[in-house]
Amino acid sequence: MAGVRERSLAWLHRRPQAQAWSLLGPGTFWLVMFFAIPIIIMLVYSFMVRGIYGGVEPGFTIEHYKRFFDPLYLRILFRTFWISVVCTAICLLAGYPVAYVIARAGRWKNLLLFLVVLPFWTSFLVRTYAMIFMLRDSGLINAWLLKLGLIQNPITMLYTPGAVMAGLVYGFLPFMILPIYASLEKLDLSLLEAAEVLGAKPAARFWKVTLPLSMPGVVAGCLLVLIPCLGSFLTPDLLGGAKQVMIGNLVQNQFSSARNWPFGSAASFILMAAVLVAVLIYLRIKDRSPLEEK
Amino acid sequence: MTAPERTAPEPVVRFSRVTKSFGDIKAVNDISFDIRKGEFFSILGPSGCGKTTTLRLLAGFEEPDSDGGQVRLLGEVVNNKRPYERNISMVFQNYALFPHLTVEKNIAFGLERRKTPRQEIGPRVRKAMEMVRLDPAIFAKRQPAQLSGGQRQRVALARALVLQPPILLLDEPLGAIDLKLRKEMQIELKALNKQLGITFIYVTHDQEEALTMSDRIAVMSNARIAQLGSPAEIYENPRTAFVAKFIGESNFFSGIAKRNTGNGWDVESKTGTGFRIPANPGVREGSEVQIAVRPEWMDLVRPNEVPANENSANGKVREVFYLGEMMHIVVTLDEGTDVTVAMRNEGQLIKPLAWKSGDAAAVAWLPEDCQILESE
Amino acid sequence: MAQRLPKSLIGFTAVVYFLLHLPILVLVIFSFNSSRYVVWTGLSLNWYRRLLERPDILAALKASLIVGICSTIVSTILGTLIALALARHRFKGRTVFEGLLYVPIVTPEIVVGISLLILFAALKIPLGLSTITIAHIAFNISFVVVVVLARIQGMDQNLEEAAMNLGADEITTFWKITVPQLWPGILAGGLLAFTMSFDDFVITFFVSGVGSTTLPLLVYGMVRKSIEPSINAISTLILIVTTITIYLADRFGRERARADV
Repeated sequence: MAGVRERSLAWLHRRPQAQAWSLLGPGTFWLVMFFAIPIIIMLVYSFMVRGIYGGVEPGFTIEHYKRFFDPLYLRILFRTFWISVVCTAICLLAGYPVAYVIARAGRWKNLLLFLVVLPFWTSFLVRTYAMIFMLRDSGLINAWLLKLGLIQNPITMLYTPGAVMAGLVYGFLPFMILPIYASLEKLDLSLLEAAEVLGAKPAARFWKVTLPLSMPGVVAGCLLVLIPCLGSFLTPDLLGGAKQVMIGNLVQNQFSSARNWPFGSAASFILMAAVLVAVLIYLRIKDRSPLEEK
Repeated sequence: MTAPERTAPEPVVRFSRVTKSFGDIKAVNDISFDIRKGEFFSILGPSGCGKTTTLRLLAGFEEPDSDGGQVRLLGEVVNNKRPYERNISMVFQNYALFPHLTVEKNIAFGLERRKTPRQEIGPRVRKAMEMVRLDPAIFAKRQPAQLSGGQRQRVALARALVLQPPILLLDEPLGAIDLKLRKEMQIELKALNKQLGITFIYVTHDQEEALTMSDRIAVMSNARIAQLGSPAEIYENPRTAFVAKFIGESNFFSGIAKRNTGNGWDVESKTGTGFRIPANPGVREGSEVQIAVRPEWMDLVRPNEVPANENSANGKVREVFYLGEMMHIVVTLDEGTDVTVAMRNEGQLIKPLAWKSGDAAAVAWLPEDCQILESE
Repeated sequence: MAQRLPKSLIGFTAVVYFLLHLPILVLVIFSFNSSRYVVWTGLSLNWYRRLLERPDILAALKASLIVGICSTIVSTILGTLIALALARHRFKGRTVFEGLLYVPIVTPEIVVGISLLILFAALKIPLGLSTITIAHIAFNISFVVVVVLARIQGMDQNLEEAAMNLGADEITTFWKITVPQLWPGILAGGLLAFTMSFDDFVITFFVSGVGSTTLPLLVYGMVRKSIEPSINAISTLILIVTTITIYLADRFGRERARADV
């Protein structure tokens, strides 16, 4: 049967576009159907009228977006932004030295790397729960402090802004370490030796050679922390109680108890827009950097 | 005396006006040539000249532009035939051995595709290994990663030859192998070519390799064939300045043909060096003439001792280079350019050269040794 | 080559590592505590035994495994096909496509979850294990593409040409040469996808219905109700599954050093 197989291969061979799309097709369909279209529908919903029993009703309105100018919601937006930036900064300050050490660690490199990769992939929920276990009034830290006699009554650590920040930093630190490590690993040590020969002291070598060349990793790391931070809802929910409301909590609320789907969609879309802006800025910086290897 | 009329046997490969473009760039530009059965045919040129593309057109990994150009294998037009439909085997530059298969499975791969009966495969694989001097008892079950470069090369060769192809393509197969082993393999490849009667088509950028091994060479440059001929024709009668420069070394002179001497022309150049060339149908009074003269065709003499019938140019010795077998003497001519003269080294310790830096000298050569070049 | 690293830097790193792993270690250790309070009273597998008695935990485990395996298989296949197209074919709209492929990776999970909830509601599809699986496939495809693409780009393209030269057509070449070469990368991508699916909370939270509780959802419910060491036990099990999976993915990702000839 000089048949189906040969004929279809010959047919495909003459059509390179068809070849590509026969491979891309199924995956693309899935992504369009279950990723792109839902987001578009969500965008449409954000302009629609709230339904009485939840859901939406036909009608065009921008009232949901206008609501964000209300001080209550503006506060939420600013708090989300502020917390995310601070978290990113803390992760950067804590993560850069660690990445540096790993990159220079020689035989220990693989082990140290594995010990960072593991939390990276471990369930965020489990890690957040681990924080709860430590921080709650009857949790481990308080138990030890009481036992050691350092305090008389348990310190309230949970459901405070500090707990949320601690939870976020704890959760996202690996996301900062790995890209910076990847950048530092590629660093050509002979550049540092050259700088040394030219008279640069260790501090100067760091600020003028190492840091600039690791910038791509730093920027990537900041992005990998900032974006999930902006969208986090689990951490403020479990560690912050109802008090530290971020956009994520707001969105979740609108789809459960508050039953205001259009408003929730609008909030969700604002979050998405903020993320896309951050990504675009990142791409701009990346393309402009003369140090980035293409 | 005329040779008896005989239809020449059909060439095994024929390119007729083949062009291959990638976007706006022509990697191969309107080339035509034949390859004869059993030949060792080399395609030689610098990187980017189109030789690899030519090979890929033969193998079927690229297809020629549909502008009428034809690629023929064994008499058949194969322009649109897929690689697996062509009866042609290939040895790749980096061997391309399948890492997840043993040596014998690698070699058997093509046989399995042809549905060769199980009992036949084993013996044929063993024979192929013996032909490339790899002991089956030792190497059959090894993985490619466990082999040296030379051994992998042999496996790649065995894998191609076991299919008994009429044509074998070799893409710079000896590039990654060190010098001594390379010379051995060149001899082996040449022997296999003669012994098996398979047409070998060999792509290389190493001119020495091409000269050593080939029956004929196609020199390519800038997507075209600059010259096609035997090693002697290519080396001794280069047709263009490019060929003269790429193969071996050449000294160049140019000028305007001024006077017909009966059996040649007197050529005058602006720079002063005049020279005589033999008769040539392409030269008329007033034509521009460019010639190449190989260093070994030149002699170095004292300025007043130039033989009467030879061309010459005066200058001063700039540098003497010791090359082992030969001595190269670079002379700066009075007109400013440098020429190289090659002389046998008869032993500097017993019969040293009479020349040293700074000596006044004249380079001399016979008019017959002027290789008249075509404009490119 | 651990040359000249200041002691302070090493100390700082040690502290960070300690803090990074302390909560998890504590969690795991106390899952073996015989008492329910945060005072160590002795080693015990009590809490693990209790897990076996609870049908809701077993059901959640079953749900997580079903969703994990199904979504992994589908997303790995779809992702590998896309990676092949990107690596081997030039097609119109390629750069745009590549860019859009990364959008799911950067999109906050909550946006993905909400939008899918909206979709299923609009199409009147009941929420359950199937909607969760659909969602997991969607967010895993891009990850698989990234992993497999890296592997393909490290692969020698001559191998496929050699196979075709020896008589194998495109389909045979794919199965006999390309897939075996890519296999470690595909496996690594699949394992990563499984981990992301097994561990996922946020997206699953929004697209799950009554009776389709996965392990993370169950843990969330338990945490909100009351803290007890059973949660530690489940968490430890989740951690073990993750650790093994990531370790395997790491090993297979490394195999390239040996396979490249």
